[in-house]
Amino acid sequence: MSSNPTPQSDRRGAGDDDAVLKVRDLSVSFATRQGLVRAVDGLNLDVAPKEVVGIVGESGSGKSVAMYSMLGLVRDANASITGSVVFEGREILGLSDKEMQPLRGGQIGMIFQDPMTALTPVFSVGWQIVEQIRQHTELTKTQAKERAVELLAEVGIPDARRRVDSFPHEFSGGMRQRVVIAMALSCNPKLLIADEPTTALDVTTQAQILELMGRLRDTHGSSIVIITHDMGVIAEMADRVTVMYAGRPVESGPEIDVVRSPRHPYTWGLLGAVPRLGERSERLATIPGNVMSPLDVPEGCAFAPRCEYAMPECVRRPAMTGGDHQHACWLSDEQRVAIGDRTKEAS
Amino acid sequence: MFTFVVRRLVSAILVMFSISVMVFLIFFATPGVNPAARIAGRSASPQVLAQVSAEFGLNRPLPIRYGLMMWHLFIKQDLTSYVNIGVRVIPQITGAAPVTLSLVLGAAVIWLIVGVAGGLVAAANRGKWVDPLIMFGGIAAVSIPVFWLGQVVGLLTQTKFHSVFQWLPGSGYVSFTQSPGQWALHLLLPWFTLATLYAGVYARVLRAELVNAMNEDYVRTARAKGLSERRILMRHALRCSLISVVSLFGLDFGSLVGGAALLTEVVFGLPGIGMLTYTSLQNLDLPVIMAAVMYGAFFIVLASAVVDVLYAVLDPRVRVVK
Repeated sequence: MSSNPTPQSDRRGAGDDDAVLKVRDLSVSFATRQGLVRAVDGLNLDVAPKEVVGIVGESGSGKSVAMYSMLGLVRDANASITGSVVFEGREILGLSDKEMQPLRGGQIGMIFQDPMTALTPVFSVGWQIVEQIRQHTELTKTQAKERAVELLAEVGIPDARRRVDSFPHEFSGGMRQRVVIAMALSCNPKLLIADEPTTALDVTTQAQILELMGRLRDTHGSSIVIITHDMGVIAEMADRVTVMYAGRPVESGPEIDVVRSPRHPYTWGLLGAVPRLGERSERLATIPGNVMSPLDVPEGCAFAPRCEYAMPECVRRPAMTGGDHQHACWLSDEQRVAIGDRTKEAS
Repeated sequence: MFTFVVRRLVSAILVMFSISVMVFLIFFATPGVNPAARIAGRSASPQVLAQVSAEFGLNRPLPIRYGLMMWHLFIKQDLTSYVNIGVRVIPQITGAAPVTLSLVLGAAVIWLIVGVAGGLVAAANRGKWVDPLIMFGGIAAVSIPVFWLGQVVGLLTQTKFHSVFQWLPGSGYVSFTQSPGQWALHLLLPWFTLATLYAGVYARVLRAELVNAMNEDYVRTARAKGLSERRILMRHALRCSLISVVSLFGLDFGSLVGGAALLTEVVFGLPGIGMLTYTSLQNLDLPVIMAAVMYGAFFIVLASAVVDVLYAVLDPRVRVVK
C-alpha cells in the first residue's frame, strides 16, 4: 500500500474525449481571517453525453461550491479556484463573465435547491423563461412565449397556457421546481447541473421531480450532474457517483458498484444513514461526529477523526486508487472483507 | 386589482374621517380648555367670545359641534380667523397648497433621479472607490441641515458670486400660471436644497436594498441564466428594491406636502403650507392651525393610499391580499 498508482491513470469510459464535462484537480479555497479554507480539494469528474453523475456528501462537503466555481458563480474576491474544467472540449475555468454568459443558461442549465427563492418574485414565470430564451436565441417574443408554454406543459404544469402568466408565489414548491427545470431546459443545454433539486420538497414530490428529470434527460439528451446528500436520490438517478467529504473526493465509480459494494468507510456511513421503510430500529443510524470546520481539515485522511476504522496510516493522505471504482482509503481489501463479515454477524 | 384599489380608497376615506374626528376632539374637547377663548385668540372681548360660541355651537352637544365644524370647513368653506379678523381660512390653505406642491414635486423629481442613480452606481461599483465616495456624499447630504444649506446657497448666489448667478431671481414665489419660466427659476434653489437631504437618504437606502437583493437566490438564478450583470441589476434587483423605496417615498412626499417642508419654505420665503402653519402657530390662530393639520393629515393618508396601490403594481404578492 506504500505506492499508490497515480490518480485517474487507468480510468475508462467517461474520461474519453467525447466527454461533455471533464474536471481535473479542481480546488477552491477561500482566504479568511482564520486562515485558508479549502472548500474543494482536488475534485475530478467526468460526464459523458446523456450520463447522470451524482455528487454526494454531507452539508459542507464542498459539492455546491465545486459546481458554482465551475460556472464562475463564486463571486468572492477571497476565493481562488485552480484546476481545469473542460466543457465540450473547451477550457472554461477562468473565462470572463462575458465569455461565460452564452454557456450559462444556454449550454449549461442549472437547477437550484430552494425553488421558493430561486425565481424573481415580481415577474411572471413566463416572463422569466422568455427572458432566458431571448438571451440565448433569436426567437421573437411571441415565439419565445410559445416555447415557454410548451416547456411548462412538458414539465407537467397543468393548464400551461394560462399558468404562464402566473407569478412564482402562485405555485406550490413542487410546481415551482418544475418551472425552474423548464427554465433550465429552455435552451436545450448539453449539461444540466442540479444542486439538491429535491431537498426542499416533500417526499412524494421528490419522486415526481426525479422521475421528470430522468424523462427529460432522455428527451432533451442533456447530461446531468446531480448534487445531493441523499443516497436514495443517487440510487434512483445516477449512472456514476462521486462521494465527497470535506471538499475531497473519497470514492467514485458506477452507481451500482458504489451503492452495492462501497469501499470507503464514509460511504458505508452515508448508506447506513438512509432510513428504510419496514426496517425497525431503535434509532436512525448516524455517522458519529460532524463534518469538521474546513479550517481544521487534517493533512491526512479528512475522514479519519470520525472513522471507526482509523489506522496509523491515516495521518497520510490517501490518493484515489482503483480502476473504474476508485476510493481514497488505506484499508486493504482483506480488512474490508473482515469488517463486512463482522457487520453481518452483528446484525 | 380593481377591487384592491377600491378597497384601499374606501379605507383611506375611513381613516380621513377618523382623523377629522380626532383633530376636532383635540381642539374642542380637551378638558379644561375653553375653545371659544382659543378660537377668538388673545385678549378677545366678551362680545367676540359670545359670537364664537354661537357660530361654532359651543353650547350644543359634541356631535352637532363636529358637524357644524365640518360644515364650515368643507361645505360652506366660510371658517374665518379671529386673529386676522375676517380672513377666511380655506382660501389661505388653497393659496398655500400650490406653493408647497410646486416645491415638493420639483424636489421629489430631483431627489428620485439623483438618489436612484446614486444608489445604482454605488451598488454596481461595490468594492471600488466610487461606492464609498457616493455613500460618503450621501451621509454628508443627510447631515447638512436644510436651514443652513438654504442660507449658504442664498448667500453664495445672491452676494458672493452674484455676478455668476445674476440670472437667478431672489427669494419669493411666482405662480406657474403667471409665468412658468419664472416659477421654475424662483424654485430652482429651493428644489435642490430640499432634494439634497432626501437624495442622500434614497441613495443609501437603495444601495443597501440592491446589495441585499444581489445576494438573493433569484440573482444567482439570473446569473445561471446567462444574463449580464447589468441586466440583473437593472431588471431583477432594482425592480425588487424599488418596492421599499416607493413606500419610503410615499411617506416622505405626504409629510412634506403636509407641511414638513417648513424650513425650506421659511429660508426661501415661500408662502407654503409649512409657512402658514408656522405663522398661525405664532399667532395662535386656531381655525387655521386646525385646517392646516387636517390638510396635512389628509395628504399623508392620500399619499400612503397611492403608495399601497403602487406597491401592488410593483409587487404581485401584495395583490392577493384578502
